[in-house]
Amino acid sequence: MTISIDPQKTNNESLQPKGWLRYFSFSLDHKVIGIQYLVCGFLFYLIGGTLASAIRIELASPMSDFMPRDVYNQVLTLHGTIMIFLWIVPVVNGAFGNYLIPFYVGARDMAFPRLNAVAFWLIPPSGLMLVASYFVDGAAQAGWTAYPPLSITTPQSGQIIWILSVLLLGGSSIFGGINFIATIIKLRRPGLKLMQLPMYCWAMLGTSLLVVLSTPVLAGTLILLSFDIIANTGFFNPVLGGNVVVYQHLFWFYSHPAVYIMVLPAFGLVSEILPVHARKPLFGYTTMVFSIMGIVVLGLVVWAHHMFTSGTPPWMRLFFTIATAFIAVPTGIKFFNWVATLWGGKISINSAMLFSCGFIINFVFGGITGVALAQVPFDIHVHDTYFVVAHFHYIVYGGTVFIIFSSIYHWFPKVTGKMLNEKLGILHFIITFIGFNLCFAPQHWLGLNGMPRRVAEYDPQFQFVNQISSLGALLMAISTIPFLINVFLSFRNGKDAGDNPWNALTPEWLTSSPPPVENWEGEAPLVEEPYGYGKEISEQK
Amino acid sequence: MTTLESSKEIQKNNSEVNETHEDFRMFGLITFLIADGMTFAGFFAAYLTYKAVNPLPDGAIYELELPIPTLNTILLLVSSATFHKAGKALLKDKNSDSQKWLFFTAFLGIIFLICQLFEYFHLPFGLTDNLFASTFYALTGFHGLHVTLGTLMILIIAWQSRIKGGRLTSQNMFPLEAVELYWHFVDGIWVILFIILYLL
Repeated sequence: MTISIDPQKTNNESLQPKGWLRYFSFSLDHKVIGIQYLVCGFLFYLIGGTLASAIRIELASPMSDFMPRDVYNQVLTLHGTIMIFLWIVPVVNGAFGNYLIPFYVGARDMAFPRLNAVAFWLIPPSGLMLVASYFVDGAAQAGWTAYPPLSITTPQSGQIIWILSVLLLGGSSIFGGINFIATIIKLRRPGLKLMQLPMYCWAMLGTSLLVVLSTPVLAGTLILLSFDIIANTGFFNPVLGGNVVVYQHLFWFYSHPAVYIMVLPAFGLVSEILPVHARKPLFGYTTMVFSIMGIVVLGLVVWAHHMFTSGTPPWMRLFFTIATAFIAVPTGIKFFNWVATLWGGKISINSAMLFSCGFIINFVFGGITGVALAQVPFDIHVHDTYFVVAHFHYIVYGGTVFIIFSSIYHWFPKVTGKMLNEKLGILHFIITFIGFNLCFAPQHWLGLNGMPRRVAEYDPQFQFVNQISSLGALLMAISTIPFLINVFLSFRNGKDAGDNPWNALTPEWLTSSPPPVENWEGEAPLVEEPYGYGKEISEQK
Repeated sequence: MTTLESSKEIQKNNSEVNETHEDFRMFGLITFLIADGMTFAGFFAAYLTYKAVNPLPDGAIYELELPIPTLNTILLLVSSATFHKAGKALLKDKNSDSQKWLFFTAFLGIIFLICQLFEYFHLPFGLTDNLFASTFYALTGFHGLHVTLGTLMILIIAWQSRIKGGRLTSQNMFPLEAVELYWHFVDGIWVILFIILYLL
């Protein structure tokens, strides 16, 4: 895509990198880096989606006839790792964060542009390495959690490549987090108060705090695990006197916050999208900020609820059950705030709005099963079954991925200056929504009836429900087609969007679309009320 | 103009813009050190959990002697003070004094590493002997890696302060301040490590 700006509009026109090649360069422009994150993440989403389709084809019949069992394990490991570390985390943090945060704080770029580019360029090599490990000697087989002793006893080379890749991605994530914190805290335009920031800034601040506090622990844990695999130490190997539960504690100290790293930015994005398309101020801004920070604090002290069957002592079960149940409070506040934002608004039913509403519906469902899973007796019953799979996908697909699509429909005009086709968008939403619910809702039933996850073969009595689920997966795969067609067609000859097609008030719309290299013609505008809808536009500065 | 060149131009342009803001490089470094500290926190938590729940198997050897690590603790604490001296001297534009203090700090760091290696070679257990041996080497090794990096960085800034009109002046204190903060951080980690590994 070529971004062309009138020469008189910007005084450093000669400095602009030109043409599509800059998307393959070590560019320091936060907008270019944001798009790099998005496109790179989407390519990995297609790979991860293909792997998911392979899983659902395998599970359409009770026997392992589509692929051998060890290949099934590799496929599910790669699916999980790619979707989490290469699609959701980089896109919902890196892509939208890099594109939007400098606009929101009124800056010309991120606080550390070079670090930002380094953080992005760590991703493609580690992703390719991960995918390539399948062709080396078989990819990792131990699932995205890499629990020892499984990860120690399965073939080593795949597991080591997996560890290296996740370490690089973790490093990328930490660099990104440092950059976001510094940008939001330090690089705000003079006069812009913290409590005037758009909600996505708060979400990214909370997310980045979680990244900085928890990702290093995962890095340390994986280094110890790699010692166990390469150097024959016994940190997590019971045969050599080690302790597998220590791995689980350290792993979930990162990986539970990781769920919030994946979903908090989506909370922020939906808080940007709903007010624009409902033409109403965001309901309960202050409670929204405090609930984000509440989730950050609570998110760090609930990790052991993943380990209720790992011999956790009763006091630990009690503490982590209560702490987890508490998270429902700030999350519930946010949910009611979104509903109240929509209430009585002039809602336009467009693709961005539909995906956001789809998010709210899916997320409340995933949230309710989450509260159920926090209860020890119930959790022990459904642990490691398809109920957990269903819950997790309701949060990350029904929640975050819906918001990623919603955001693409919302910000595509900003990035390219062209509108996306609404008919294709609505078709995309309908197929995705039906396909998603058809795929994952039946898995609750499967889990409650005891079908274990991560196993290629299952009891034939579950076949019919599994086939429904696979049908849903097929629809989800098909839903990508109208989206891709839409993006390509609109990109080439879409309707011109103008600078501000949604009449939005957040700062990124107060410059040209696509924006000039350093974001603003002159000084950045001071937006004191990013959600001041319903007032006269002229009152806004 | 190639894209890389224009990126550089923009970077130059950005740094000019950023000069109107307060300097937030230190803020970024502190955030990074918090992250780094969390890695150590994870290691410490693992070690303490092992100590609480995993008994040392019969016949396993895990004994530590105190003299060398005590000497090392003193070395690092003194080096923190000498680094501080270097900063003070640079602030008063006494570049050559500053450089001497920096070299002395780096020297203390190298002595620390030599002592550490000496301890490794004289310990009665190896990396894979038992769980506590592995944890000991992982923790001290990871810290030693930090000391090695720190020493290299001190040598680099010492070299930078020698060139006439070089980067390190009383106007541009950031490289020195950044490495100093990192060095104090590594010292602090060592003190915690010394207490947890050797004294507890």
